Amino acid sequence: MSLMSLFHHLEGPQTKGRGPAFWAAFGVALLAALAYPLFSDGYTVGNTAYFFVWVFIALSLCLIWGYGGALSFGQTAFFGIAGYGYGILTLNFGAAYGFTLIAVLIAIAIAAVVALLLGYFMFFGRIEGVFLGIVTLAVTLMLERFMAQTAGPEWRIGAARLNGFNGMSGMPPITIPWFDGPIVLVADIGLYYFILALVIFVYLGLRILVNSSFGNVIVAIRENPERAEMLGYDIRKYQLINFVIGAALAGLSGVLYTAWGQYITPSSMGMTSAALPLIWVAVGGRSDLTSTLIGTLVVLAGFQALTIYGSQYALVVMGVLLVLTVLIAPNGLVLGAMNVIGRIGARTKRERP
Amino acid sequence: MALLELRDLNKHFGGLHVTNSVNLAFEPGEIHCLIGPNGAGKSTLFRLILGEHQPGSGDIFFAGDNITHLKSFARIARGLSVKFQVPGVFKGLSVRQNLEIALQRTHRAAELDREIDRLLAFLGLEAERNQTAGNLSHGQKQWLEIGMATSLKPRLLLLDEPTAGMSPEETFQTGEMVQRLNAEGMTVVAIEHDMAFVRQVAQRVTVLHLGQVFAQGSIDEIVADERVAAIYLGQAHHHA
Repeated sequence: MSLMSLFHHLEGPQTKGRGPAFWAAFGVALLAALAYPLFSDGYTVGNTAYFFVWVFIALSLCLIWGYGGALSFGQTAFFGIAGYGYGILTLNFGAAYGFTLIAVLIAIAIAAVVALLLGYFMFFGRIEGVFLGIVTLAVTLMLERFMAQTAGPEWRIGAARLNGFNGMSGMPPITIPWFDGPIVLVADIGLYYFILALVIFVYLGLRILVNSSFGNVIVAIRENPERAEMLGYDIRKYQLINFVIGAALAGLSGVLYTAWGQYITPSSMGMTSAALPLIWVAVGGRSDLTSTLIGTLVVLAGFQALTIYGSQYALVVMGVLLVLTVLIAPNGLVLGAMNVIGRIGARTKRERP
Repeated sequence: MALLELRDLNKHFGGLHVTNSVNLAFEPGEIHCLIGPNGAGKSTLFRLILGEHQPGSGDIFFAGDNITHLKSFARIARGLSVKFQVPGVFKGLSVRQNLEIALQRTHRAAELDREIDRLLAFLGLEAERNQTAGNLSHGQKQWLEIGMATSLKPRLLLLDEPTAGMSPEETFQTGEMVQRLNAEGMTVVAIEHDMAFVRQVAQRVTVLHLGQVFAQGSIDEIVADERVAAIYLGQAHHHA
């Protein structure tokens, strides 16, 4: 596939937003995100980077559930596997010579391999619909239970103590080797730009993916798996590849989360952690990448504000938000709003030819 | 040599013998209609041919090869294609996208648009190109799915009640569509209840009853067969 046709797929039937108006808005948002650290302090910027950490797991769920029609509760499992993976690797081998970057890749690869095995049995075993959700939820809760009982000193991998419910900590942040000394990406402006670059790369990459012929088959499977298979597609293979890509993205979130706070606990794979991405994605609009991206950041920021002012109620509000979304805009609030804007835009165009 | 041959095919669902020692051969180039009362095992036969069900015993040969144990998608790749009984279009996607998904496996990107235009014209759906498939009328959905099935340029096209829910006029148009495809060399096997359609297109008719081949011949022979009339009447009597 030529480079031009890659860019051509940045727009397409599977993504909202096209034409100069959309890309101008994208450019403005990007500039604002790039300029934002100039008007803030490192601590606040580092906290904002924390929101961006979660974008990848949200987009992974958008890809698997929204586009592929397979409800996965297991994204947190891959988040946890990659997070712990990064911790175990870097606690053992340190941060010198850019090893943290290699650890990021290995940790994501481990999550992807686990997804490949699990996905093989699910999709080639023709597990469908709600049962996919049950199996994936069982896997993530099992992992949580398992990690929670690793408090004893015998639970160690090399130098890395798993440390049970209290979690693993003290792993080095992502460290980039540089000419005049390595750049250590603690939760500050440097890490913010690092994660922002990843967000943009992954967002644009996924736009190309879902508008490609691969994406066509993925949405076809969501719409009618039998028809898709009877057009000659081995749908199990497509579902599996999509699931593995999603797991890798969830793993990226897990690694960045662990590197950001230099700790990870079993509760990152618990019930609450498994449910929250579902809420972000459902509220934003699961069948569109842009809606998911915006929805996730808005809901996360709102959740953070609520946690500060009344920590007990934040989760309850999340639940209410989900119920309201399902009742008012089942396809997502952001997606609904974008559709309205699109219709108004189309109407004004018709009136002023 | 027959294009598709079913040899001593059997299928049980629990105690129900839905396909009972069926031997059938479909010749290249023909339009062959399968008729029979409800529950005769017509759709089950399609599902066996497509690999959605595995037969209890017996073999399926396509173009001389035994395909009994091939997966569905592999059978499609060999030149089978189907339009389902319930319209199986991708409801949330545009008409154009439905056709694109059908075509993209076998066509290069450069040819896609031309082929989509050709199909839209063939189906009479040019005006609906950007319409969401779920918003089409029932008949249009049927046509779109026929278009998707034929876009694969199959050697054998299976149609499960292609005119269900259509007006007499639409039924006639569908018959013409099928005849045009046949004239291009496509072999067609259709399950159909609409006798006007069968009369219009069928070169050979097979009657299934209780999972067995009950009668076979031209439409005139079948209509003249008193035993065939009896099973339809018996069925009607049963329902009354």
